Amino acid sequence: MAATATTDGARAHARAQEGARAEAMPVVPARDWQDPPREAGHLVWAETVAGGNYTHRVLARGTELRLTDLHGDACAHLLLYADGRPWERLNVADTVKVQWNAYLGEGVLLLSDQGRVLASVVADTAGRHDALCGTSTLVRNTERYGDGSPQSASPAGRELFKLAAAKNGLEPRDLPPSLSFFQGVEIQGDGALGFTGSAGPGGSVTLRAEQDVTVLIANVPHPADPRPRYVSTPLEVLAWRATATRPGDPLWDATPEGRRAFLNTAEFLTARGLA
Amino acid sequence: MSTKTVVAARASWSSTVREGETLTITDLHGNQAVDFLVYDAHDTSVRYSAPDTIHAQGGIFLTTGSVLMSNEHTALMTVTADGVGRHDTVGGACSKESNTLRYGHHTYAQHACVDNFLAEGARYGLGKRDLVSNINWYMNVPVEKDGTLGIVDGLSAPGLSLTLRAERDVLVLVSNCPQINNPCNGFEPTAVRMTIDGADAA
Repeated sequence: MAATATTDGARAHARAQEGARAEAMPVVPARDWQDPPREAGHLVWAETVAGGNYTHRVLARGTELRLTDLHGDACAHLLLYADGRPWERLNVADTVKVQWNAYLGEGVLLLSDQGRVLASVVADTAGRHDALCGTSTLVRNTERYGDGSPQSASPAGRELFKLAAAKNGLEPRDLPPSLSFFQGVEIQGDGALGFTGSAGPGGSVTLRAEQDVTVLIANVPHPADPRPRYVSTPLEVLAWRATATRPGDPLWDATPEGRRAFLNTAEFLTARGLA
Repeated sequence: MSTKTVVAARASWSSTVREGETLTITDLHGNQAVDFLVYDAHDTSVRYSAPDTIHAQGGIFLTTGSVLMSNEHTALMTVTADGVGRHDTVGGACSKESNTLRYGHHTYAQHACVDNFLAEGARYGLGKRDLVSNINWYMNVPVEKDGTLGIVDGLSAPGLSLTLRAERDVLVLVSNCPQINNPCNGFEPTAVRMTIDGADAA
């Protein structure tokens, strides 16, 4: 008789797996992460997200979130919602229009559709990101790779976002256009897109939560990635306690538009009794 | 069969456009931004996606031949004629809140496109979660080499028009943009005309 033919045996077999390691997994508690970044205080989230997979978390205001493209072919598709108030969410159009720039990088504020800041980009060593092309879809991935369903070898970002959203009480209609980090697009003078690909292994971007936010991340190939093969490598996700941007910080006053966004956010949080 | 409606300056408008029918938007006085959202009429969770449209056509400007893609990467409408040559799908809609960032808090009392979309969408049970980055017909948003972008003087002129063919039954929401703080309306919003022509009349 096999060892797992009884409930006792099955339980023992399952329990014996504790402590196993995979390349892509969350480390719980996060403070057990083997190689914490120097700038990190108390780690609150430590995870390696597999290529073609997703993750999600609620982060308190002031938390810093560092995404790292470990092997050079991660692409972190990202959505942000005000935690508990998902009708306030990332607005990509406002983000690029209000800040007069189509590209993402250090100093960019990720704006909600309420004239407030959800998060800010406080560091960026990759420099190749995209706010225009969104994520991939079931239809397109099925055309390109043969399948785009979540259980397939080539899941579409939108399908993974639907799952991450559902786990936060949100529906497909709650998925607005998303951002992508680590796989970039350049706009030519005539408006045409040029895919820049990745900056290579080890690039990282650090976001700072300026409100309590729900973060959804899908790690899948960029929709404009021209390669015929589905190439998606692990994404490292680390978050630690830090401090939200304050009056007097250089970022607060970096632009008049940003200063008004921080002021609006501070007014809102003060009125709510949250800051 | 043809129906014509003049949408007053600052006002909203909506209609179902059946598969095969065309919608012609005429810029009666020139340089008027027409903010535009489109949904599958039978399943409004399938709606216009700026990013899918941009990467499907490989560029950010909309003109003849551009297919307006849904968030499920299916075709909603196709631009079949365009007298202007360039329209925006990056800048999204003005709102009272974003106006406070763009111009200052003194603009908060001014009417804005998001309010038009919310008011018009409510007639169909659509709410804030149903608003996404939209098209701005007749609005000119160039992007420079370093990514700098901005709304600049329009390329349109009085009487120019564009025509869209519905690839399935769609619901269209329009905000005839009331913005008065940037060049998208020449600082003076004006009326536009919506014409729906039946498939047989095309």
